[in-house]
Amino acid sequence: MASTFEVQNISFSYEAIPAIRGLTLHIGEGDRVALLGANGSGKSTLLRILDALYFPSSGTVTFKGEALTEKHLQQEEFALNFRRRVALVFPNPDVQLFNPTVFDEIAYGPLQMQWSKEDVIRRVNETLEFMSISHLKDRPPYRLSGGEKKRVALASVLVLDPEVLLLDEPTATLDPKSQSQVVDLIQQWKGTARTVITATHQLEIVEDIADRVFVLEAGTVIAEGTPSEILSNTDLLLRANLIHAHRHSHGGVVHSHPHLHGHSRHEHEH
Amino acid sequence: MNRHSFLESTIQGFTRAVSKALQSEHAASQPGLLQQLDPRVRVIGILTLVVSVVICRRLEAIAAILLVAIAIAFAARVSLASLAKRVWLVVLGFTAVIALPALFITPGEPLFTAPALHLSISVQGMRTAVLLVLRVETAATLTTVLVLSTSWTQILKALRSLHLPAEIVTMLAMTHRYVFLLIETANQMFESRRSRTVGVLSGSERRKTTARTAGVLLSKSIELSQEVYLAMLSRGFRGDVRLLTDFRLKPRDYVGLTAFLFTGCLAVWMGR
Repeated sequence: MASTFEVQNISFSYEAIPAIRGLTLHIGEGDRVALLGANGSGKSTLLRILDALYFPSSGTVTFKGEALTEKHLQQEEFALNFRRRVALVFPNPDVQLFNPTVFDEIAYGPLQMQWSKEDVIRRVNETLEFMSISHLKDRPPYRLSGGEKKRVALASVLVLDPEVLLLDEPTATLDPKSQSQVVDLIQQWKGTARTVITATHQLEIVEDIADRVFVLEAGTVIAEGTPSEILSNTDLLLRANLIHAHRHSHGGVVHSHPHLHGHSRHEHEH
Repeated sequence: MNRHSFLESTIQGFTRAVSKALQSEHAASQPGLLQQLDPRVRVIGILTLVVSVVICRRLEAIAAILLVAIAIAFAARVSLASLAKRVWLVVLGFTAVIALPALFITPGEPLFTAPALHLSISVQGMRTAVLLVLRVETAATLTTVLVLSTSWTQILKALRSLHLPAEIVTMLAMTHRYVFLLIETANQMFESRRSRTVGVLSGSERRKTTARTAGVLLSKSIELSQEVYLAMLSRGFRGDVRLLTDFRLKPRDYVGLTAFLFTGCLAVWMGR
């Protein structure tokens, strides 16, 4: 399978605090990948490195065979081409919504790409319709609900029809209905050429959004596999702090067992 | 009813003011005479008048520009009542405090004396104080009319097309968008603190809490600005403000620009 990202032995630190240590991974074209890990495991930092917002202090990252370096990103032609093809949705939509209206917000990316006025208007209207948010187009983004903000943030990157979508905690802080809408959207891209890389610690959505899973701990990949392989490995999930031992009592007998949040029902023997 | 500190009340008041300011975007889309001019003409024209107000030394000339500013507000369909409330009264309050000492310390022909209080107001002192208040009122009126009649993005694009450095334009854009979010955060921090406070804090405790809140807010604002900048970069931002609306000068823009420049020059000549 053609390569989208090749990450070779990269490291990155926030001042003196290491966030990524010797991380290596390969992501192919059309892959639907989940990056699983507890808070502080390096998921968000890795997504920012893949979006060429941060650059590793050592190691290399390539996108479709081209090196992602600071120097390369300073070249306008390469930068605009890369930004159109790779899009990142930030975990906090307030960070991403900085325009006066929803329409302006979605038009922001195409305008940076210097598309013609007609193309911008046409694409923005198509995206508004696709995301079912046409009724919000004249509203200021800061007055929207959390779910609406997330949809607008997604629309603001989908308008460019990117080949690679990097999603950082796309369902965090959303109500169940908004969560399922976002998951449905990711599921629609299954089997297409679009590569989707989702960072999350919500195990209950992994099987729906990914075909491959990388588990991160302390800035490095500690396991890779299919969702069923990873989710059935209780020891691995406990080690990565993705599940925890849950203590409770039945008829006066107190016991504990690994506990996965998000599942509505579980059964075990006594 | 809870007693709020001066700072909390100020921040709550500021939240309302900023909220109103952000709502005023819709005023920019009103079909007023000023709104029909190219935003660059509006920015250059209003700035010319502001500069002429600063240069003018005669009361009569500044008063004439104030009348012009009121006429422009009328033409831009900006409510005079809102101007009076938002600008004139507020500016009067602030500048009067600054201008007050000039009444008494400027030497000259006495206008009013109160021997019992050893106070004397001179004609020159009165003139200096009125000049200061009128100058600030006029400049504030002009800039408020510009802000109310032009959307913020248009102002930024106009400033950029007038070769203001991209870094400054970006800074202004960020400040405008996120001041509301930061004030909301400050409000929530005060509310959260109030919900965990029993009894009344002493003045010194209140000052310490306020200082701590300010520090946390500063850290949050730095973090937020870095995140927003990354989000902009991620969508292709390279330092230029790009809008759907193209700025093209029409004959009426040239007429408007000439009128602004002529008025500014005339005022400077009259007020020299």
